[in-house]
Amino acid sequence: MTQAQGRLETAAPAAIELRAISKAFGPVQANRDIHLRVERGTIHGIIGENGAGKSTLMSILYGFYKPDAGEILVGGRPLTIADSQTAIRAGIGMVFQHFKLVQNFTVLENIILGAEDGRLLRPSLSKARGVLRRLAQEYELNVDPDEVVENLSVGHQQRVEILKALYRQADILILDEPTGVLTPAEADHLFRILEGLRAEGKTIILITHKLREIMEITDTVSVMRRGEMVASVRTAETSPEQLAELMVGRKVLLNVQKTPATPGKPILEIRGLRMADAAGVERLRGIDLTIRAGEILGIAGVSGNGQTQLLEILGGYPEKGSTLSGEIRMNGVPLPVAGAACNAAERRRQGLGHIPEDRQAEGLIMDFAAWENVAFGYHDAPEYGRGPLMDRDAIRRDAEGKIARFDVRPPSCDLAARNFSGGNQQKIVVAREIERNPDLLLIGQPTRGVDIGAIEFIHKRIVELRDAGKAILLVSVELDEIMSLSDRIAVMFDGRIMGERLPGDTTTGDLGLLMAGVDAAPQTQDPPSREP
Amino acid sequence: MEKMPKWADVLLTPLISLVLAMAISALVILAIGESPWEALTTMIDGALGSSYGWGFTLYYATNFIFTGLAVMVAYHASLFNIGGEGQAAMGGLGVALVLLSLPLPHWALALPAAMIGAALFGAAWALIPAWLQARRGSHIVITTIMFNFIAAAALNYILVNLLRPVGSMDPASARFPNETHLPKLSDMALSLGVEWGKNTPVNISFFVAVIACVLVWLLIWRSRLGFEIRAFGKSEPAALYAGINPVRITVIAMLISGGLAGMMAINNVMGEAERLVLNAVEGAGFIGIAVALMGRNHPLGVFLAALLFGFLYQGGGELALWTSIPRELIIVIQALVILFTGALDNMVRVPLERMFMAMRKRGA
Repeated sequence: MTQAQGRLETAAPAAIELRAISKAFGPVQANRDIHLRVERGTIHGIIGENGAGKSTLMSILYGFYKPDAGEILVGGRPLTIADSQTAIRAGIGMVFQHFKLVQNFTVLENIILGAEDGRLLRPSLSKARGVLRRLAQEYELNVDPDEVVENLSVGHQQRVEILKALYRQADILILDEPTGVLTPAEADHLFRILEGLRAEGKTIILITHKLREIMEITDTVSVMRRGEMVASVRTAETSPEQLAELMVGRKVLLNVQKTPATPGKPILEIRGLRMADAAGVERLRGIDLTIRAGEILGIAGVSGNGQTQLLEILGGYPEKGSTLSGEIRMNGVPLPVAGAACNAAERRRQGLGHIPEDRQAEGLIMDFAAWENVAFGYHDAPEYGRGPLMDRDAIRRDAEGKIARFDVRPPSCDLAARNFSGGNQQKIVVAREIERNPDLLLIGQPTRGVDIGAIEFIHKRIVELRDAGKAILLVSVELDEIMSLSDRIAVMFDGRIMGERLPGDTTTGDLGLLMAGVDAAPQTQDPPSREP
Repeated sequence: MEKMPKWADVLLTPLISLVLAMAISALVILAIGESPWEALTTMIDGALGSSYGWGFTLYYATNFIFTGLAVMVAYHASLFNIGGEGQAAMGGLGVALVLLSLPLPHWALALPAAMIGAALFGAAWALIPAWLQARRGSHIVITTIMFNFIAAAALNYILVNLLRPVGSMDPASARFPNETHLPKLSDMALSLGVEWGKNTPVNISFFVAVIACVLVWLLIWRSRLGFEIRAFGKSEPAALYAGINPVRITVIAMLISGGLAGMMAINNVMGEAERLVLNAVEGAGFIGIAVALMGRNHPLGVFLAALLFGFLYQGGGELALWTSIPRELIIVIQALVILFTGALDNMVRVPLERMFMAMRKRGA
């Protein structure tokens, strides 16, 4: 497919129309000549890889950025959106990926924040209460108006964001990656809400990188690639494969190709691991897990159910001030969970590799050049220097090799990590950790914010490491990823392992229930017997 | 993609800041009815126009190199060491104790001994704030400031009650033995048959400071420890992930920082005063902050910025001597330079970056 498959033209004024929008940040052309037309009362998906320019475009719509060129029409009338106040007055509401809620305010207080009617709060609050009651009935948007936001689940917090927009009489609702933090059940509920809003004539723009969601709920979909709008099509007339190809610009394998695992001896054994954080809150409540050589154990779960703590403890850096108990053995040797011997450098010497959940905060030093990041964590390795000094030439040679083998783009050793795209940043981390050939590799969210082309590549490397007889612990909030990569799946909820499943014997529905803390079909907790 | 070329980042930005500071200073001088041009020529003449002027400029610069390096090393670990003043004062105490208690027959022996004493005392004075920061989370800016006052008070007490020779009215230590006096650059020049910088305090410590610049560069950009310091300074969570111990790095970086600040004492206490006097540091610890900021936290930048502030100090002194511009105004001028090159750095940097980006876009 080449150019836009016919822009969907109709006579009635579109809810939103963008004409020839362009925006550059310095030398980077984030948006180039974007045309977009979203009809009233439809759900329109915008899909594209990271860095394709989706967020920039939405920020322009919401008045955060001023476009360099082009025109925005809302309801058929040209509008200069200078700031978010203008956008709100024009009926545009935005639900950000990272919620903008005051954690210690109640739901009502959050909703009127910035939309108070006068100097006194009480009239606004009681008005909001009435509006909220009506909205809750109309759209299944039930939230306790007097609950403090920090006590709400993530799904409910998102509803507050939607309510905020509706309270400001938004007719056009933009949602940026709304399901990233939701369980499948919560996501389904969100979609029902969105369908209800559509039925009331609201227009919804859904930004996502999940093809499944696009296919499930949108009426029309636009694909962005490298700052350009490469296609706008009716969802019914396209397929996930076609959309993926449009996003990446070439054919993509959506499923991981792998042979059945042949697990060997246990590499990592965790028994009764408990952990309470500095505030005394129990984050892990007795974890038992075994990972064998040559298998990938996937941990599914909504983020915030103890996965991060588990990875940190295994990685050798439990949260400061936390208390731990239980036993961890690697290759039969007990790993210390406290004291000076419990540190990440020691773990690496024992054969542990770790691709952290948050590569920008942990896995990389964003201001360091790529070659420095290749040595990061292994900067004490003998081959990287003599005595107290580092051997820059040796590190650079190694980095150049890794960059070539992992197809990091641009292939520049000297570029700072922050100047690479998310996928290429991740490739640097993956190259560093996998090429050390660890006995056990911890992987947290390997493809978060990574473009489809790089996902395929990273998945292939992970499977190769498994086939080389290494043990892999994979933590991901992407159920699709867990289902396609894992040889065995454990579901975490509230610091516990809710159950283990084999990917062939389960469904997303089954896993979704476990993720929500419901063990619908209690199975044997033991991993199926697969002794060699 | 870098926002602008490196030369613009490290040279053009501070230069423009400096010109702006000078322009405002000129307005201030005009406002009190003096001639800015005359003031400028007086400063340049006094600080750079003769070997005598240079002798003082380099002497001050030596102090500022040490304190600037001290701030710089801590900065790379993301620690803002404001305690250079107190650490340098304590370094002076270390120098005095070493030179007054050990029988050192020659300056070549006395210098390394005094350096060790100075560095140890300076480092020790930085250790407590470092430990409090690393273990207890007490903010290092607060604790190092407080330690400046404690150092001043402690030195007061020590000089008056312990080190003051019997019968002296002066709150100062005894003079250091003659054998330990450091060679002045003027003496060294004279031995080469050149008359240079007669009666100026600049001494062999200047070369020690230059060597310190090179060593600090090696430490920060070429050593594994420097890698850990920089990594920790950029991101503590990442450091933890990489197995870098935050407590260890905080303490080590502050020990090195305090040691460097303390080493300043070989210049002002050992090289110039040749005894320990009250308030020997004279604000050099604070100037070090401006020097490190303006020097972009690089040893070469620190060296150049230290020269600039040496010039401002010496030139400012001359200004007070030869013109009717009051001494207080010289402090205003110095403050303006600090303000523009340090605090208002972004005011110049951001428009410059925009300009370079626009130029690149047109070129592309």
